[in-house]
Amino acid sequence: MLFWMIIKVAFKSLMANKLRSMLAMLGIIIGVAAVIAMLAIGTGAKQQVLDKISAMGTNLLVVRPAPRGTGGIMSGTQLNLTDADAKAILAKIDDVQSLAPVVGRNYQMKYLNQNTNTQALGTTPTYLPIRDFEIDSGRMFTDFDVEHWNRVAVLGPVTASNLFGFSDPVGQTIKINGINFLVLGVLKSKGDQGWFNPDDQVIVPYTVDMHLLMGVDSLREIDVQCDPGANLDTVQNDILTLIRVRHKTQPGAPDDVMIQNQAQFIDAFSAAATTFTVLLGTVGGISLLVGGIGIMNIMLVTVTERTREIGIRKAIGAREFDILSQFLIEAMLMSGVGGLTGMGLGIATAWLVGMFSPFPTVVRIYSVIMALAFSAAVGIFFGFYPATRAAKLDPIEALRYE
Amino acid sequence: MIRAENLFKTYVLGGQEVHALDDVSLVVEEGEMVAIRGPSGSGKSTLMNIIGCLDRPDSGHYFLAGQDVSGMTKNGLAEVRNRRIGFIFQNFNLLPRMTALENVELPLHYAGHREAAHAAREALAIVGLADRWHHEPNQLSGGQRQRVAVARALVTNPAILLADEPTGALDSKTGEEILALFKELNAQGRTILVVTHDSDVAAHCRREIHIHDGKIVDLPSTTRAQDILSAEFVPEVV
Repeated sequence: MLFWMIIKVAFKSLMANKLRSMLAMLGIIIGVAAVIAMLAIGTGAKQQVLDKISAMGTNLLVVRPAPRGTGGIMSGTQLNLTDADAKAILAKIDDVQSLAPVVGRNYQMKYLNQNTNTQALGTTPTYLPIRDFEIDSGRMFTDFDVEHWNRVAVLGPVTASNLFGFSDPVGQTIKINGINFLVLGVLKSKGDQGWFNPDDQVIVPYTVDMHLLMGVDSLREIDVQCDPGANLDTVQNDILTLIRVRHKTQPGAPDDVMIQNQAQFIDAFSAAATTFTVLLGTVGGISLLVGGIGIMNIMLVTVTERTREIGIRKAIGAREFDILSQFLIEAMLMSGVGGLTGMGLGIATAWLVGMFSPFPTVVRIYSVIMALAFSAAVGIFFGFYPATRAAKLDPIEALRYE
Repeated sequence: MIRAENLFKTYVLGGQEVHALDDVSLVVEEGEMVAIRGPSGSGKSTLMNIIGCLDRPDSGHYFLAGQDVSGMTKNGLAEVRNRRIGFIFQNFNLLPRMTALENVELPLHYAGHREAAHAAREALAIVGLADRWHHEPNQLSGGQRQRVAVARALVTNPAILLADEPTGALDSKTGEEILALFKELNAQGRTILVVTHDSDVAAHCRREIHIHDGKIVDLPSTTRAQDILSAEFVPEVV
């Protein structure tokens, strides 16, 4: 039998039961749409995380005290990273472009009658380029301010609006933990990053933060910016060796600092995001499977209903293969049309989610192809059993069927 | 054209063996118009199914146009049905949602013909429905539907036309018209087998094979005296 003839017959029989065909296809439509939309959300989330990690600065190494403890029992952080360590790293390690020592703690901040509780982050001017911050208005404090323990501050935009509303903070004085600080500038917004909001903090010279506010002499971390093209692993090892010497760590004892680099961050988040995407895709895939079962159900009903037609076709010379292909193509047509409709719906959903929700979405062509191929496979797989049943019908019995 | 030798077919119904065909042999020559008559349960449906290649005998041989079809596979039988047999059913058995033309084309599609429409139109013209080709079955009267069915049976130019109670669902006038069409086709040289329980229908045929309890039986001479007198009547009784 000619192929287009089968398609025509299949199409006609689907059109003869529009509502039923629609409902059977709905499973596939929703399944394909779910797979595409879910993968788009997953891919979008991954992209967003990676973009933000890159925005935190590339070629960045973060040196932190190692967790203290023995035999797997970790008990708090050591206070062993000093300003002198930072200066030594900058002086002695090749390929280090710049670095920023970092300390910080949350304090009550006040301007007139406005209050907010946020972090006073102590560092040097190099922190801004290293961490990709920019000044929106006013200016950053200088190395001079750091050296002379000047009580000056640069506000994150959220903190600025919490304290000042719409008025200009530059040149005003705020109180941090009761001590006056002159506001020199306001940062540009970077956007909330989920685990913390870089827009809600106050940046002050680390000397002031350590000695006037916190009363500590150890650093929380040292952010190290390496030269472009530097081998981060080499730099990382050099720093560890230097710190071991400086801290007089015994041979065989573990490092008392740890170093994180961006590549590790990116790898970790990529892995997490991929897991997330696979999970979402699986949920969509399961609904596609359920859709396929719906199609099988309808095809079984159709075969029973059309037993007599099958008998007639066999009597006038249809072979088993003719009947098999007819019903298989009908099932595939259903899942195919459902798949295409679902594709449209899925892409539209992904677009709408991207437009009107905080989740960015990225529709990848491979996810569309995968969803369509899967839906066609579902049509073949779940159409096969009903089609085989139709093909195996005994023509005499089938002709007698009322 | 048709030669059946010692056909046996036994069914088991409710634990009881039913000999639907019990050593049936018959010959139908090319160009004959033969009635197979018998009451319900006589085995005539079984005989028709075997002659129509829808079923296979338990034992015995059946030659259709010189070819032994009793041992063929299901697909082989499907091909024989497609090329050598034209079925006409009591209740027409046209496919709904397809036009008369598409119904008539269908056997040609299964045969793999590419120019199906032309042959189908010719077949419709033979049964006098050339102008109704685009109607669907539910837009046609019973007589017209049966004519479409006849056209469908004719379109592959089969060795025999096999009609199962072809007038059973028609009023007597329309039934007469269909039988007249059969006679016309027979006069053009078609071999026609009519399966019926109706003696009036059988009377239109030139020969009658009577089947009872799975056996072909001798006719009471009184019923078909004129056929016997005409000397054309050679009963294939075993």
